[in-house]
Amino acid sequence: MNNSRTNTDMIELDGVTFSRGAQVIFDGVDMRFGRGEVTVVLGPSGTGKTTLLRLIGGQVRPTNGRVLVDGAEVARARRKALYLLRRRMGVLFQNGALFTDLTVGENVAFPLRAHSRLDEALIRRIVLFKLEAVGLRSARDKYPGELSGGMARRAALARAMALDPEIMLYDEPFAGQDPVSMGVLLRLIRRLNDALGLTSIVVTHDVTEAMSIADRVIVIAGGRVIGQGTPEEVRAQREQEPALAQFLDGAADGPLNAAEEEIPLSADLGLRGER
Amino acid sequence: MKWSLNAIARLGRLFLDGAQHAGSMAFFALELAWVLIPTWSRPRDIFQQIYAAGVLSLVIILVAGGFVGLVLGLQGYNILSNFNASESLGVMVALSLVRELGPVVAALLFAGRAGSAITAEIALMKTTEQLAALEMMAIDPMRRVIGPRFWGAMISVPLLAAMFSLVGIVGGYLIGVVVLGVDQASYWGQIREQMEAWDDVAGGAIKSLAFGAVIALISVYEGYRAEPTASGMARATTQTVVLSSLAVLGLDFVMTAFMFGA
Repeated sequence: MNNSRTNTDMIELDGVTFSRGAQVIFDGVDMRFGRGEVTVVLGPSGTGKTTLLRLIGGQVRPTNGRVLVDGAEVARARRKALYLLRRRMGVLFQNGALFTDLTVGENVAFPLRAHSRLDEALIRRIVLFKLEAVGLRSARDKYPGELSGGMARRAALARAMALDPEIMLYDEPFAGQDPVSMGVLLRLIRRLNDALGLTSIVVTHDVTEAMSIADRVIVIAGGRVIGQGTPEEVRAQREQEPALAQFLDGAADGPLNAAEEEIPLSADLGLRGER
Repeated sequence: MKWSLNAIARLGRLFLDGAQHAGSMAFFALELAWVLIPTWSRPRDIFQQIYAAGVLSLVIILVAGGFVGLVLGLQGYNILSNFNASESLGVMVALSLVRELGPVVAALLFAGRAGSAITAEIALMKTTEQLAALEMMAIDPMRRVIGPRFWGAMISVPLLAAMFSLVGIVGGYLIGVVVLGVDQASYWGQIREQMEAWDDVAGGAIKSLAFGAVIALISVYEGYRAEPTASGMARATTQTVVLSSLAVLGLDFVMTAFMFGA
């Protein structure tokens, strides 16, 4: 039995290892995501933050270990159970992933039409309500190509919320956003989480912004967890973990890019050294 | 020595890559077969794809069919009149089109016009995470995206081939009867007398049905398995046209040998 497991955790990773070919992306990580909380997962680019979301969504299976969503093991779920589980999750993809041949309104209506037998008048109301929540009601007849990056992301957020999920996964929601739309998104994530009682996971590398809305923070680097807790606790852990300190400070030199220097430049250039 | 070893190694790798490609396509085909019937629970999706792949290819098919018919009429007249058999022009044109040129040329044109578009569309949906988004909305992209496109292409090809042949026969008529003065009654009469419903028409239809299935499978497979990058998409669309064309021509030989050979 796992003692640390409590029923306040919505999502748990138990000793999860994941590798792609020879490259180990996660090396036996444990993570907890509390019910009703906004958890921010931080880490340098290429540390498998997106892979983490794909593990939770069951799009990839861990090589070892278990991923539990509300007590159910994702990798063990049969197709039908997995699809039922996914209906309880909303995902905001990095670039929105809106269907480009549908208008914003139709995009939001899409999951409703696919999974419910609601009549059109009701679907229209729900769509307007969801778009209102992200401040895009007036853009309902526009096509995704006509939206700015920030608007597209909010439209995608409205679509992700269409089925009233219990869990929201955000994949790099702030990448490439100007400061204003970033602020809008930050507030939106926090507000939706609290108003609807969601469990939110935000994967990002924007340290200060994300920390400002986080209940809990998990920092991953090099396939393992290098810091976790409330934002204050994580900031306090920097003393014991040089990599964490480097990441939080954005320092150019430190353990995070040590691998870069393992092979001397002269060797890569094919020089035989001084002889 | 080293050079020849390298050449052998490269040949081996080429073979292995090919085998792997074929194997993964076979698995994909099985996965697809599983959803082909359920796809019909949303017939609108399929009709939309028949429109996108079939109806929008009509112009190129009809124009090409007309020209092929005109050329067949001209060439056929020149050869047949050497044997004083120009009244057989109709049946020559009709048989060439219905047995061979209709199914094959229509399929080749379709692969270039519509197959590549299907591949590009699916590959772009994959690159922009639209397929992943569907999966995470608990909607199976195989059923919703791949299945309808497969059906759309597979249904369109035989219909387009039939229209290709029809327009071609009219083209042969225009050149042969109207311009070169072949007897009108024998042009149509010989077609009616000598063409067999089963051997010729059904044979051609079976061929183009098979071509349709192969092009449809290659188009959706290449799109679905495309590397999600710009160059990956480019490779996938090229691959669709090349593989489809080769598959159609190769399959045509095999089917012809079985159906008309003995």
